[in-house]
Amino acid sequence: MKTLSRVFTGLIFLFLFAPIAILLVFSFNETKSLSVFAGFSLKWYRELLHDQNTLDSVRNTLMLAVSAMLISTVMGTAASVGIHRLRSRALRRLLNTVTDIPMTNPDIITGISLMLMFVFAGWLFGLANSLSFWTMLIAHVTFCLPYVILQVLPKLNQMDPALPEAAMDLGCTPLRAFFKATLPEIFPGVLTGAIMAFTMSLDDFVISYFTAGAGFQTLPIRIYNMTKKTVTPKMYALATIIFFVILTLLLVSNLTDREAAEQRKKKTIKRKGTNP
Amino acid sequence: MRRRGAARALLAPYGAWAALFIVVPLGFVAYYAFTDNNFAFTFDNISRFFTARSVVDGTEVYTYLLIFWRSLKLALISTVLCLLLGYPLAYIMARAGDRAQKIMMILIMIPMWMNFLIRTYAWMTILQDTGILNGFLGALGLEKIHVIGTESAVVIGMVYDYLPYMVLPIYSIMAKMDVRLLEAARDLGCNGFSVLRRVIFPLSLPGVLSGVTMVLIPSISTFYISQKLGSGRFFLIGDAIEGQYAANNLHFAAAMAFILMVVLLLCMAVMKELTVRYTGEGERA
Repeated sequence: MKTLSRVFTGLIFLFLFAPIAILLVFSFNETKSLSVFAGFSLKWYRELLHDQNTLDSVRNTLMLAVSAMLISTVMGTAASVGIHRLRSRALRRLLNTVTDIPMTNPDIITGISLMLMFVFAGWLFGLANSLSFWTMLIAHVTFCLPYVILQVLPKLNQMDPALPEAAMDLGCTPLRAFFKATLPEIFPGVLTGAIMAFTMSLDDFVISYFTAGAGFQTLPIRIYNMTKKTVTPKMYALATIIFFVILTLLLVSNLTDREAAEQRKKKTIKRKGTNP
Repeated sequence: MRRRGAARALLAPYGAWAALFIVVPLGFVAYYAFTDNNFAFTFDNISRFFTARSVVDGTEVYTYLLIFWRSLKLALISTVLCLLLGYPLAYIMARAGDRAQKIMMILIMIPMWMNFLIRTYAWMTILQDTGILNGFLGALGLEKIHVIGTESAVVIGMVYDYLPYMVLPIYSIMAKMDVRLLEAARDLGCNGFSVLRRVIFPLSLPGVLSGVTMVLIPSISTFYISQKLGSGRFFLIGDAIEGQYAANNLHFAAAMAFILMVVLLLCMAVMKELTVRYTGEGERA
């Protein structure tokens, strides 16, 4: 049984990593071939560093992801606090339903629907091309918002409602009470929401494809355009770099997680020791 | 009263945003679906979807109904395969040691964070007739196989891309499962299989349902996998929508998106009903 499950797990991970292994290997290929390895070379990495369009698209993607993350985190956190305080059940249910729409709708429908509205608005105002960085930013904020709310709202529900009230009783203004009492309590949720928003924006292709302006290319769109023609190992070199960045981030976040968990453990032991 | 005012003020930006950029755009899908190029009301786009015919391999077929049927079929096959592969994997992960669980989690998440276009393209170079798989088979002295440009290749691509979305929700439920329940079932005389059937599976059902939704919806609507791995021969509804968009036929693209949306809403309603019935889980407050 144990060997069987080992073999099964091994085969699944072989399946998941086969294409990644392929692109790691062939990014170092000496020739243009993506299936015959001729010899080791770094020339595709050199070419990548001289490909201004790709470098620009990396910069655009980061710019867009950071902006979408900041806007959706602030607006989403405020909205969560608002939803949390809302007394009207019907209104709360309506908001939850609307928030679910971008997450349950397929990306292609979210993309098409926003594109149609932007095109219509452009036609209304007599613009030849209404799609730009700004339409893309709107689209990204729209599909990031639900993820932020979904992370923050449960933290608010878990929080002791007496905390901000106590802060206000002690003379805090509501705003100060939020920053001093509420925000520290819900911060893990805000942080996870922000990270999710950032990664969703970074990786999105479908919605970007429909809402992108001609002058503004993100990395996934650039990759799409590259794969329409014959692909060179240059693209694999790019994927290899992305792979190592992600690997490092995941390892670092896991290691710090472990450290934090150990520290927490020590703290609870200490507390238990002094306060039996 | 002052606090209620504050709640409204905090909600206002998001409320306005959601109305303008979530609800209104869906209205535009319907509006474009039922109008022609001069924005006059028409049923033509919708009826074109149901009646357009073309000749494929010598027989006359309903073009778009065939495409839609194919999308549903391939998405269902992929979802079932993801479940068959993902469920045991989630189980193995949940029962592994802490360290092994963490490592497997990282391994599952890495592909999810890498651009799916490049990974799908890499599959193309693996599955090609002169590709890596056939090179490997040839080296072993086996007969070469033809995969690229078949429906199987599209299914492989879908399973590959969406398997993590099946594994993660099932795993997160299984990791929280109370081990004592399984022990109790064994003590009461269950063998391995009936523990699985009577205890583990019913408890993991919410994870299964959310995994199924998370695989089914993107695989019905995908538009890249089939173009690359199906060599453009197996158009799916996503490809059809994208093609009409690229050709600037926005009204017909909207009509297809509208039909897809209605069908998916029906699917979601069924899934929700199943979730409520089998898990007793109500709507979230």
